[in-house]
Amino acid sequence: MASQGSARANIKLRSRALQSVRRFFTERDYLEVETPVRVDTPALELHIDAIPSAEAYLRTSPEHHLKRLLVEGFERIFELGPCFRSDEVGKKHQPEFSMLEWYRVGADYGAMLDETQSLLVAVACDILGTPQLLIDGQLIDLEQEWLSLSIADVFKLRCDWNPLVDFDADRFDLDLVEKVEPSLPVDCPVILEDYPVQLAAQARCKPGDVPVAERWELYIGGLELANAYSEETDAEILRKRFETCRDARQRMGKTPYAIDDAYLQALQEGVPACAGVALGMDRLVMLLADASDIAEVRTFPAAVPGA
Amino acid sequence: MYNASDLRKGLKVEIESEPYEITEYNFTKPGKGQAFYTCRLKHMVNGSTLTRNYRSADKIDQPQLTQRDLHYSYQEGSNFVFMDENYEQVLISADTLGESQHFLSEDLDVQVLFHNGKAVEVTLPTFVVKTIVVTEPGARGNTATNVFKPAQVEGGYEIQVPLFINEGDLVRVDTRTGKYADRVNKK
Repeated sequence: MASQGSARANIKLRSRALQSVRRFFTERDYLEVETPVRVDTPALELHIDAIPSAEAYLRTSPEHHLKRLLVEGFERIFELGPCFRSDEVGKKHQPEFSMLEWYRVGADYGAMLDETQSLLVAVACDILGTPQLLIDGQLIDLEQEWLSLSIADVFKLRCDWNPLVDFDADRFDLDLVEKVEPSLPVDCPVILEDYPVQLAAQARCKPGDVPVAERWELYIGGLELANAYSEETDAEILRKRFETCRDARQRMGKTPYAIDDAYLQALQEGVPACAGVALGMDRLVMLLADASDIAEVRTFPAAVPGA
Repeated sequence: MYNASDLRKGLKVEIESEPYEITEYNFTKPGKGQAFYTCRLKHMVNGSTLTRNYRSADKIDQPQLTQRDLHYSYQEGSNFVFMDENYEQVLISADTLGESQHFLSEDLDVQVLFHNGKAVEVTLPTFVVKTIVVTEPGARGNTATNVFKPAQVEGGYEIQVPLFINEGDLVRVDTRTGKYADRVNKK
């Protein structure tokens, strides 16, 4: 448990980090928006469960409403606000957490990676006066070139199989936790990129001999910080993915959330090519504070059962 | 059987017929993948450790543990002889007892946890009273409680005691930590 003193310091650090993020995006002509926290149906994901709120749900992510704003003609938007996920509480998870999401028309996941690096360098310099983080005694220079590893390469190296060719969801998750994540370098930021199409979620797939989803996940000091896509904008492709996901949830005995028709209808009006990033704001504060437990940076954290 | 959501620090489980206690527990969820309950486990007898990642759907064996109230009788080589209320003898090895063996005294009541008929954990009363048999005299009039010196209790076990403790004094020892707790007034 954090001491009283560091808890107070982290509340101030969080405030400065929020201001720094807002300044970064505002200077880049992004518009800060607020979209509904309480939604009719959450974004469909196999392993993300929403917390019900009467006949609706608390959002697990603001992505559908943000992409609807892109349809409305907004080209650069960001939102900073609470999201909720049921039964997620541990050293890196809280059932209520702060999400930063931003979307940009005309960008792909590669462009968003460059922008993510610029964001983190700017925030670290603002808060710490240096682009170097000190995480558990390890210096991490955010300005150096980030290490990009394709999912195919890292799984072949660490687990002797290629999930792009013979996808096995269960084996993928277990190997990621037991073999891949512990092997990632902690002296520089690491990107895992080009996911199996089965894990595309709402990312666009790049055709080729072996098609891949244009998606990356960012790890810093072993902490998973952000997820990005080149967005899939074809409503029919997304509808099929949502149906597959809903049916799989039903088979697993999970609530099969309704498909967000308002979102898909909006996309049918046409949305230009775009990309987006979702970044865990609490985890960014953890990195800035060199905190090992998310509870140290949340102002009133939920208790962890069983710890 | 336990469900993954039942896992907690301190919970006793069975892996491949061996009893383990969970010493560390954490929830992890990589990317958009399924949740894992990462447990660090310690073997209840030999102390070896291992790490397991359980998925939400996994079931974990519950060890068949029975608890019996016994009282200590005498030492026989590297074994210690305990008796139940029917005077039935139970042998428990020094390895199973660990540091606890130093705090036994005749007729001391203990609780013993058995796994498949084998003693795996012995719990003593939190405090036992021991006589100091050897210690250097402390400086006269020194009643400081934060300066310690070595002392031997009956049976030869060494503990650290405050300077004002003398040979022949009775002290209470915390059996969980093996440390001096306080002095008992002589009767």
